Amino acid sequence: MGLLLNEDEVMIRDMAEGFFADKAPVSELRRLRDTKDETGFDRALWTEMAQMGFAGVLIDDDHGGNGMGYMAAGLIAEQIGKNLSATPFLSTAVLAATALSKGGSEAQKSEWLPKIADGSTIMALALDEGGKHNPKKTATTAEKSGNGFKLNGSKAMVADGHVADKLIVVARTSGDVGDPDGLSLFLVDPKADGVSVERTIMADSRNSARVELDNVEVDGDAVLGDIESGDATLDAVLKAGRAALSAELLGAGQEAFDQTLGYLKERKQFGKIIGEFQALQHRAAHMYGEIEVARSAVLAALTALDSGDENADLYVSMTKAKLGKTAKHISVEGIQLHGGVGMTDEYDIGLFSKRIRVAQEMFGDANFQLDKIASAKKF
Amino acid sequence: MTDLETFRTETCAWLEDNCPAEMRTDMSGDNDACWGGRNFKFQSEAQKVWLERCAAKGFTAPSWDKKYGGAGLNRAQEQVLRQEMKRINARPPLSSFGVWMLGPALLKFGSEDQKLEYLPPITRGEIRWCQGYSEPGSGSDLASLQTKAEDKGDHYLVNGQKVWTSYADKADWIFCLVRTDNSGSKHEGISFLLFDMETPGVEAKPIKLISGKSPFCETFLTDVKVPKRNLVNEEGQGWNIAKYLLTHEREMIGETGAARPVSEMAVDLAGLEDGKLADPILRGEIAQAEVDDWAFKMTMGRMLGEAKAGASLGAKSSMLKYYGTELNKRRYELLMDAAGGDGLEWEGERSDDGRLAKSWMRTKGNSIEGGTSEVMLNIVAKRVLDMPGA
Ligand SMILES: Cc1cc2nc3c(=O)[nH]c(=O)nc-3n(C[C@H](O)[C@H](O)[C@H](O)COP(=O)(O)OP(=O)(O)OC[C@H]3O[C@@H](n4cnc5c(N)ncnc54)[C@H](O)[C@@H]3O)c2cc1C
Repeated sequence: MGLLLNEDEVMIRDMAEGFFADKAPVSELRRLRDTKDETGFDRALWTEMAQMGFAGVLIDDDHGGNGMGYMAAGLIAEQIGKNLSATPFLSTAVLAATALSKGGSEAQKSEWLPKIADGSTIMALALDEGGKHNPKKTATTAEKSGNGFKLNGSKAMVADGHVADKLIVVARTSGDVGDPDGLSLFLVDPKADGVSVERTIMADSRNSARVELDNVEVDGDAVLGDIESGDATLDAVLKAGRAALSAELLGAGQEAFDQTLGYLKERKQFGKIIGEFQALQHRAAHMYGEIEVARSAVLAALTALDSGDENADLYVSMTKAKLGKTAKHISVEGIQLHGGVGMTDEYDIGLFSKRIRVAQEMFGDANFQLDKIASAKKF
Repeated sequence: MTDLETFRTETCAWLEDNCPAEMRTDMSGDNDACWGGRNFKFQSEAQKVWLERCAAKGFTAPSWDKKYGGAGLNRAQEQVLRQEMKRINARPPLSSFGVWMLGPALLKFGSEDQKLEYLPPITRGEIRWCQGYSEPGSGSDLASLQTKAEDKGDHYLVNGQKVWTSYADKADWIFCLVRTDNSGSKHEGISFLLFDMETPGVEAKPIKLISGKSPFCETFLTDVKVPKRNLVNEEGQGWNIAKYLLTHEREMIGETGAARPVSEMAVDLAGLEDGKLADPILRGEIAQAEVDDWAFKMTMGRMLGEAKAGASLGAKSSMLKYYGTELNKRRYELLMDAAGGDGLEWEGERSDDGRLAKSWMRTKGNSIEGGTSEVMLNIVAKRVLDMPGA
């Protein structure tokens, strides 16, 4: 694996780079935050992203997408990370598109995928329940009821939950809390009886919600695919989500590093540019090494997903672990090396730290992934 | 079939026919390496045959031109050869500072006569080289070196002392940095000389290391006469050559690592309880080391690939050297953690004469040899990140 981008990929990267810097820079996140925007992102921007083909990267041609694949999705996510762009890319174009593509029936695919690709439908994955990601601890239940199911439980960290047109709810159809299997996915209308959605304002000012499911009745055809395929579908969704988050963390980490390095070359103290101090040079050089190594991991994971490598799941977890650690390290150093201004809202470095904190937590922080890796490698 | 596929098929068949079975087993350490040289004692007939066959085929320095004893392979072919050798677990036919370090420098800076004279014997494993850079007063600040070479008409008269000269007591020739001029800045006036270790006035004294072994020496140079034609390139070019060569050395040292994943070795050492390493914190640290290991290997490949595509690796090799060696030190700390008291045995059969403990101690030198980690970070800060100051 050379991990070098081919011509198409370079084109996508350049396109995404220009697009997000131009249309959704950090100032746009500040505007959404400061105006307490109800949607939490700009719908017009999302429509434009769909027109650019970004919403349909993981959707095949037959269902309205362009099937460019995971590397393309990662390159887009990286630019989203770099600009802290608030968009439903992760929730809808990555998580929902993967859930439907990999697990949906033909009817479900035909109904929903084109609407994801054209930007008209927003979807959100309701998976996690406690503060820490751990799918096997899923306690939300789906009990058979008539020719459908009755859902009960509560969900947290649901990205774009409060604006979603559909929720994809993960619930237990068999086994006990703690079992790795027995989970199924359901398409749930957020306006259905018994569903309550509370927007949660998070540290990163990005969309998140808590969802309560109180005896929510759904039809049999609300099941994504079938009951039994839920575990496999969820695995695919998590692989895609972790990879996209890793790419986003790469973009955010790289930008936080670049801004910090820029500051080290500009700020003067003791009659010197602070970047002349060797203690700071070494910290910067160390970060450079870490981010380069992290970048290789992201590229390798995306490549493995595109090629259907049998170790893709392992590589994705390794990558999420690496990016979680590295981006966090850079965000901690980034504020410190900015001194007092690093603590101000005016400087962007703090905003990067906040987003990195959230993104590294989603779908498993480094410790979660390390435990998973050790188990997979049998040690 | 593409040319590369044809090459793979042929290489595969050649290796199958020519690599002796004994050379397809894991090496237990440096003792099993074939270093060649005038005084080298082959460990086995198989080792000798394997070297001879590879040398005849050009596979001891695959990328070098055929007229210099190489096989003239391009990067892709070289990679195929590496893959195919790895597939059958073939040992490297030759470990050689000549191939790794001097060769690349001569190919870039040497005269045609010098290339023809020195490179073929290197590829045949006939002449073993050592590297005479460091001096007692000049380590990280290598350019401050004081070993003096005076112009005596047809030869240089060399006086001074080198130190940490790896395998100087076993090497046949030395490539040596000397000062031919004191008038300019410290980087100017350094020249690159080649001479035979049997030249009168050369004396190498082994230094015992914390690992218990003595692979490196103090090298004393007293009125050593070196013919003028043994100067590489011009007087004053020594620093440029040394820098170029260090880039190669750094890429290579960065690559050092355990043959097997740390987790596998740790499981062998500590065993499993309920399918897991009993120490949960060590388990996490090992998983993290494997993540870094994997991502670092990808990075080596990626950066070399980028260099091939046009951009130069240059100072980035310092990052790889820093990262790879620090990682290797971490791996061995983890293995020592896993082994506990058993890993601390220094002598005796049970521990294979303290193989793990001695390897652990040896890794400490990784981040010192070829430029220390601190110096690597200095280089990255200045030359890659373009940070200000000295
Ligand atoms: C196993 C091994 C094999 C070797 N083989 C060879 C060989 O074959 N041939 C050869 O010529 N040499 C060889 N060396 C020598 C090696 O290149 C030197 O040891 C190395 O360059 C460091 O020099 P020094 O030992 O003088 O340490 P010093 O330069 O004295 O360093 C001492 C400490 O100070 C730090 N330091 C120094 N300068 C700076 C700075 N500017 N900024 C921050 N920190 C700094 C160093 O990082 C180190 O931590 C070998 C060394 C080892 C350990």
